[in-house]
Amino acid sequence: MKITEELVDYVSELSRLKLPEGEKAAMAAELEQIVDYMDVLNGLDTADVEPLSHVFPVKNVLRADEVQPSCDRDALLSGAPASDGEAFLVPRAVE
Amino acid sequence: MELYELSALELGKQIRAGVVTQDEAIAASAARIAAAQPDNNAFVTVADAPAPAAALDASPLAGVPMAYKDNICTRGVRTTCASKILGDFAPCYDATVAQRLSAAGAVSMGKLNMDEFAMGSTSETSFYGPVRNPWDLTRAPGGSSGGAAAAVAAGEVWYAIGSDTGGSIRQPAAYCGVTGMKPTYGTVSRYGLIAYASSLDQMGPIARSAADCAAVLDLIQGKDPRDGTSLDAPAGRLLSSLTGNVRGRKIGLPVDCFGEGLDSEVRAAVLAAADVLRAQGAVVEEFALPVMAYVVPAYYIIACAEASSNLSRFDGVKYGWRAEGYEDLGELYRKTRTEGFGAEVKRRILLGTFVLSSGYYDAYYKKALQVKAVIKGAFDEAFQRYDLLLTPVSPTTAPRLGESLSDPLKMYLSDIYTVSVNLAGLPGLSMPCGLDSNGLPIGAQLIGPALGDLAVLDAAHAYQQETDWHKRRPGGMSKGGDAQ
Repeated sequence: MKITEELVDYVSELSRLKLPEGEKAAMAAELEQIVDYMDVLNGLDTADVEPLSHVFPVKNVLRADEVQPSCDRDALLSGAPASDGEAFLVPRAVE
Repeated sequence: MELYELSALELGKQIRAGVVTQDEAIAASAARIAAAQPDNNAFVTVADAPAPAAALDASPLAGVPMAYKDNICTRGVRTTCASKILGDFAPCYDATVAQRLSAAGAVSMGKLNMDEFAMGSTSETSFYGPVRNPWDLTRAPGGSSGGAAAAVAAGEVWYAIGSDTGGSIRQPAAYCGVTGMKPTYGTVSRYGLIAYASSLDQMGPIARSAADCAAVLDLIQGKDPRDGTSLDAPAGRLLSSLTGNVRGRKIGLPVDCFGEGLDSEVRAAVLAAADVLRAQGAVVEEFALPVMAYVVPAYYIIACAEASSNLSRFDGVKYGWRAEGYEDLGELYRKTRTEGFGAEVKRRILLGTFVLSSGYYDAYYKKALQVKAVIKGAFDEAFQRYDLLLTPVSPTTAPRLGESLSDPLKMYLSDIYTVSVNLAGLPGLSMPCGLDSNGLPIGAQLIGPALGDLAVLDAAHAYQQETDWHKRRPGGMSKGGDAQ
């Protein structure tokens, strides 16, 4: 399948990435080569096969609803690129 | 005998017996790291003051110096995933594996280099420079746990903890002539492992022998309430259960793993390993596993899809690195992620986003999950007839630096023998089984059924009683770094 630069732009935006103009053509070509190779899966008939997301039938894993200690606020904020000691700082997101 | 020539279990025993002190072991490790680091770049962070074990009777490995791959969270110690975007990230908690090993007296010497976010097969995509193979510094150590395999091979630490999503423990172990084990999915808690593809990721040991791997797994396997996918299966007693006896074991050789694309020297060495096991009483026979033709594309679709979701958490807000010069929140995200991630990581995020996007989801992602079901079914069927499978780990020995990165698809294809084990959630072990004509190590892979970790380790242990490939050392290793 043809991977165009427009498609690269579209998935980049979904991924919150922005490739420089000079890198788009190469990325499109690499993705096209890889996606073309992935088409070998069409050689396997899976019409009646249920998709398998997890190899073991572990589901609805629950735990007791008890408060457990976690890192305190200062420790969590200490790794943030910008904080005011109480919260993470980001540019205004709501007008 | 130099200290670094001992296995982890032998060193642990000598420390407990008082023949070697813990401080001597730590000093020997630190000296070898200082000597080897300029050559192989196996570490991202070397511990300034390694914390000694509090109690030497805590486990058979108490006081033995080791190290963690740099995608495993260690409290207060920089954990970079070999990425710019995590730069100075120092977690406020330990991974369950690190917590358990600390309690068992493990001495961490630092954090090991790797492919950025564990995405790669050569450990060359690290933001902190490529790792070089101690057997030949012009070659890659494999990846993504390349620093872990190189550090153990060079005698810098006695064992390391790596992670394996599609072969990232087993393939570098093979390229560096050491033993590495990916245990059954869910037997080692993933809590604190920075996620690449959560349904495939599993941590495990890289060490000098199968017995050392068993000793490490005894300390880290077991249910953890903090990992919802961890299994409530019996854990421990692997080491004490090793018999070294494979008499009557049925071992299958999938012919589809010995065909086109496999280097002839690798084929000969792995078949010779089969002969050793046969001579020890195992019943070895060939069988067809045609589903091997589909494992690489299914793996890359699923791994990239999960990666695109997992890596969305790196946004320059909560921790790690943030780009400068943004107008609004959207631009902060885009600039931080574009400048913070390397080329291979971005390629996989875009590929994963593509296969999950509206209009392509059914053709790629859903199809891959269906193929995964077929692959698991094929392995289930094989284990109706065989106790274990034996295959090569990689089609070739260690490639030259730079050779693989130029062609991503070719690099992906080299993962053919290892990725199916992750897709099916099985235990797989890589053990040294020869050297090629360039003097580079060759690895053989043993695969077991789910929760058959003991059978895998025991067959490798049997093989290592009969052979000494696992004891070979890279040439040119200076002895000057040892304290003894």
